Amino acid sequence: MAETDMKNQPSDAKPSEAKPSGRAIGEPGAVRDFAGNLAGTPRTFRQTLIRHGTPTSDRAKSQAVFTNFFLHLLPTRTHLHAIKATTTLGLGVATLVLFVLLCVTGVLLMVYYKPSVEGAYGSMLDIMHVVPTGNLMRNVHRWGAHAMVACLMLHMARVFYTAAYKSPREFNWVLGMLLFVVTLGLSFTGYLLPWDQLAFWAVTIGANIAQSPQELTDALGVTSVFDVGRMQKEVLLGAHYVGQEALIRFYVLHVMVLPIVASILIAVHFWRIRKDGGLARPASADTADSGGAATADMTPALKTYGLMAVMKDKTPVVNREMRNTIMTWPNVIYVIGAVTMVTTLAMLVLGMWFDAPLREMANPAVPENPAKAPWYFLGLQELVSYSAFMGGVGIPAIVVLGLALVPYLDREREDVGVWFSGAQGRRVTLGSMVFAVLVVVGMLWFTVRNGWLRNWEATAHVPQIVITFFNPGTVFVLLFALWSVAVVKITRSTRMGAIALFTCFLVGFVILTYFATVHRGPNWDFYWSQAEWPVH
Amino acid sequence: MDNQLQTSERFKPPKTRRDFLGLLAAWSAIAAFVMAILGAFRLPMPSVFPESDSRAKLGKPKQFTVGAQTYFAKQRLWLYRDEAGFHALSSVCTHLGCIAERLDDGQFSCPCHGSKFDEAGRVKGGPAPKGLIWVELSVSPEGWLVADTLKEVTPGTKLLA
Repeated sequence: MAETDMKNQPSDAKPSEAKPSGRAIGEPGAVRDFAGNLAGTPRTFRQTLIRHGTPTSDRAKSQAVFTNFFLHLLPTRTHLHAIKATTTLGLGVATLVLFVLLCVTGVLLMVYYKPSVEGAYGSMLDIMHVVPTGNLMRNVHRWGAHAMVACLMLHMARVFYTAAYKSPREFNWVLGMLLFVVTLGLSFTGYLLPWDQLAFWAVTIGANIAQSPQELTDALGVTSVFDVGRMQKEVLLGAHYVGQEALIRFYVLHVMVLPIVASILIAVHFWRIRKDGGLARPASADTADSGGAATADMTPALKTYGLMAVMKDKTPVVNREMRNTIMTWPNVIYVIGAVTMVTTLAMLVLGMWFDAPLREMANPAVPENPAKAPWYFLGLQELVSYSAFMGGVGIPAIVVLGLALVPYLDREREDVGVWFSGAQGRRVTLGSMVFAVLVVVGMLWFTVRNGWLRNWEATAHVPQIVITFFNPGTVFVLLFALWSVAVVKITRSTRMGAIALFTCFLVGFVILTYFATVHRGPNWDFYWSQAEWPVH
Repeated sequence: MDNQLQTSERFKPPKTRRDFLGLLAAWSAIAAFVMAILGAFRLPMPSVFPESDSRAKLGKPKQFTVGAQTYFAKQRLWLYRDEAGFHALSSVCTHLGCIAERLDDGQFSCPCHGSKFDEAGRVKGGPAPKGLIWVELSVSPEGWLVADTLKEVTPGTKLLA
């Protein structure tokens, strides 16, 4: 456990003793040594590669984790709570596995993919029909991207509902939000690369969302001097319309910039889990089973490297049992391995049975109708059909910022590591779900049936700025915020308010995504099902 | 050592010249770093656009009779000629850049999010923040009718030719 172990090499791992120099020339000893060294090389090489023996003793098991670059992110002993299936559901590891799978399949696809307007679509067809295993790799890449966004969101919900964002893990939650944004950026930039109709028009819409702050600057009359919308679009596309410049920019972002940013953020995210004292767990997890004292050596304040060599107090804890913990090797390694295998298998099965779609080649003259973004952006697409700026920029910014600030606004220390923070939290979650369903379904029903301001006689000519700030989307957000404030007041708990807000947004996201996927057809009109879409 | 620690706890020592120079150096380095980052972000902002020549010849004015309504797919615009002259409406939706379809009654409807515009491009419904753009028209010295798809004129402006 102690850090100093790192320097102590086990005696059996020492390379053979160096012979004293000064042997006479021609003496046979040196040649014999050479022959012996040569014969012993496989053994000594293995000993220098893995410096501990077979991990059978606790000490060797500890070293197996401690002296391994890839495993040293893990503690040598892990709290039992951390490997219970209900603690994390394996979602964080699954997200990481998907990221690695995407990197591997992505690099393989890069071998044949040509990021040019003339070549892109053709190289996609090559990958699908000519390249050995190309179709499978593309399928795994596509379904893996969807699965990564899904796992990431579920992981976020898990962390939220088990109150794992609380002190000292606040900043790691912020890092998680950054990773969420970067992952969506990776998805969005990857979407253009096939250069099919859907890619072209979904990105045209995305780039114009980047331009939508013009809605605001136009209303203020400052667009001619300060046109941030145009600037954003031009930086993104390198042109006025989606074309070769946009394709190469998206390619660079997708295969280089964003993966590097994501890798760095992932590394820090995982490192901080360790520095913050492992996975969040309830206080009861330390006292329940064995009735002993808390495992003090697992708390960050008493970690030896927490001392940072600046104090003489707080020496490493010795002579205290590490209650409720197990050896990381091999227990946690098995768990991680199992999640890795299940995730990879799921992607392989999906990739073999379902082909990723590819529409006809991009045609800038004819928009896809309806031009639907990938599912995780469809909720936003429903919102931009009310107002491009609030739906595409304003509300997402409010949601991301609001979520990132949750650990700073709710600083209650109770019930960390407990799902829904107990019975009251379960009631608040359920109540918020009912509230959010009523609000969102009610607003959608109202909007589909009656339209909005422009469809009504009295308000047909209201200025755009009114619609920008008063539309079904902003009404949801306002109602959700009011509901959460009410919950804080009634329960006198910021944690309950946070649960209410998060639940509302989660429900809103799910319903809007479902609604835009199933019930929106050509011209973004409402249809009960795709079977009702007009033929054209 | 102990003495220093105690003093620093009781009151802040006055800034010395050395402190000042140190701070100056630190802030200069920070400023230089920020400027370098900003400078690097200047690169992806294009100064020349691939569509830099956004003008296109639409034809000779006499090709279009009064009442003609012609679509130019590449320029994404509708050219109209009426008694008052020529005008051209861009069919690019002002909401999110899809191409609005012109219906039989002359109104426009966008397939992406259902924005509606009347014959003159004014917003009639949906999320579009402003009306369809009236594209600048001119007559070249050789007598061609030329449209500049990146230039906008006040709605209602017509070209006599």
